[in-house]
Amino acid sequence: MAKEGILHLSYQERRRLARGLIFVSPWLLGLLLLGAYPLISSIYYSLHRYDLMRPAVFIGLSNYTELFTTDPTFKQALVNTFCYVGIGVPVSIISAFLAATLLNTKMLGRPVFRAIFYFPAIVPATVSATVWSFLLNPQYGAINATLRAFKLPIVPFLTSPTYAMPSVISIAWVWGCGYTMVLFLATLQDVPRELYEAATVDGAGAWHKYWNVTIPMCTPVILFNLVTGLIYGFQDFTFLRLLTNGGPGNATEVFSLELFKNAFEYLRMGKACAMAWVMFIIVVILTVLLFKSSARVVYYADTN
Amino acid sequence: MSGTPAAAGALAVHARKRKRPSFWASQVLKYVLLLVLSASFMLPLFWMIASSLKTSGQIIAIPPIWWPNPIRWANYPEAWATDRYALYLFNTVFRYALPVTLLSVFSNVVVAYGFSRLRWPGRETLFSILLATMMIPGQVYMVPLYIIYRRLGWINSYYPLTVPAIFANAYYVFLLRQFFRTIPNELSEAACIDGAGEWSILWRIIIPLVRPAIAVIALTTFTGAWNDYMGPLIYINKTDIYPFSLALGRIGAALSQVGAINKGLYYSYEMAISAIFTIPVILLFYFAQRTFIEGIKLTGIKG
Repeated sequence: MAKEGILHLSYQERRRLARGLIFVSPWLLGLLLLGAYPLISSIYYSLHRYDLMRPAVFIGLSNYTELFTTDPTFKQALVNTFCYVGIGVPVSIISAFLAATLLNTKMLGRPVFRAIFYFPAIVPATVSATVWSFLLNPQYGAINATLRAFKLPIVPFLTSPTYAMPSVISIAWVWGCGYTMVLFLATLQDVPRELYEAATVDGAGAWHKYWNVTIPMCTPVILFNLVTGLIYGFQDFTFLRLLTNGGPGNATEVFSLELFKNAFEYLRMGKACAMAWVMFIIVVILTVLLFKSSARVVYYADTN
Repeated sequence: MSGTPAAAGALAVHARKRKRPSFWASQVLKYVLLLVLSASFMLPLFWMIASSLKTSGQIIAIPPIWWPNPIRWANYPEAWATDRYALYLFNTVFRYALPVTLLSVFSNVVVAYGFSRLRWPGRETLFSILLATMMIPGQVYMVPLYIIYRRLGWINSYYPLTVPAIFANAYYVFLLRQFFRTIPNELSEAACIDGAGEWSILWRIIIPLVRPAIAVIALTTFTGAWNDYMGPLIYINKTDIYPFSLALGRIGAALSQVGAINKGLYYSYEMAISAIFTIPVILLFYFAQRTFIEGIKLTGIKG
């Protein structure tokens, strides 16, 4: 648009354009060098076999077809990622919302409790993985040691294929919901008092107000968290890498781990690129679906 | 109309009276619930600190010991000596976190200024491209960037982690733009009439007004670099230039090398190093809590 119109711009407008471009030039350069170029070369590599040592060999769509046919772990990783994100995001939103609702009531020490709920979210992922793997240790971890003291059977949280995924999901999403909680709490505090007062005058009870005032007012933030949760959930890496690294077996193997291993452990650069594109397309489709399906539900105050 | 507030007041009084018998019960229930939740949220942190101060006997005790007695402070200096943690800390701060923070603050402020305070044709088009790039997962760039940096000979250096900060970051530009837009235009216009150029308007007028926003960017970048594990894992494999996060990621190997398992202090040491790595982040958060929370609100609610 700017290109074809550039000749019609007045002198002053051209000066403005130049000045604007100078200010955004760092980003613009980055967009070309670290955005567009890698993006295009990623498509290129995804059509090649490339191991960094030997020159890349063109193999057409083989990397893609291999993922969906012969690759033994890809399908498992796909299912696991859907579980991790599909269960994790709603779990995190619900826990954050409940915590925020609780903190939004008239209470003592709200900043303290808010800080406590936010806390696990700021602890470095390397630390939380280290601490949780000790905490859930079948021998000496706090939980199993307590169970053993009561002569109860221990729970192999991270070492059994059955428990590993549920454990990972709850730790990552429930204990990591602090960020979302702070956001909800801020939104709840911004709900105009008049809406509640009006509802009270109309004879609405507490539940009624919660369902018909509080939740609708929070729908934009819920959508925001669904979308960011989806996008970042697909990319979660450090915590999973250090806690289970996909194990036991492939029970917690997700996309991001599988991709990293393909790229930097098996040196299958082309295949890793193909995986990244599959992941990107899935994320885009899911995001569009989310936006489309939410259009009727989400309430935006400014448009009314 | 005039009767409504009175009616509402009467209703409120009525409601309060009706609630009174169950009021205390619900209050007690609420605080019990809050305390239980807080305890479970604090459990990992508490367990980390408690374990880092235990003796070899206490750490494997059943039932678990929550409050170590006697406290073994020696775990900290001993754990610190098992590897070159001072060096790793130096690397994290001076090779990674500080450079990346400085670059990121500078580039994001300049770019956000261009996207919010200046009016020019094509601005909105470019800004929507910027927003669209936020959707693309980092994994898509991961391999091609690795190949590029490898060609440049940047493997085993901090360049792949710090240099990209020169090019601004879509998310931070978006966040800063939200702040910048709240400043009335009259301020810039007045300065413009007084003959100030865009640069001096930015540095003399805008920046002093958006200091909280800059603090958000600086803190988030700094803690992001401090915590970053994946970046160093990809680009750095020489222990001389390891950041703390990588050292913590392979602490098991380091501890078995010094025979911490035989001494029964493996977990105590591991938790002590974890605590050392966490405490600065907690302090930062504690002193800048308001800044952090403002930043979260600004990106989330208006975004």
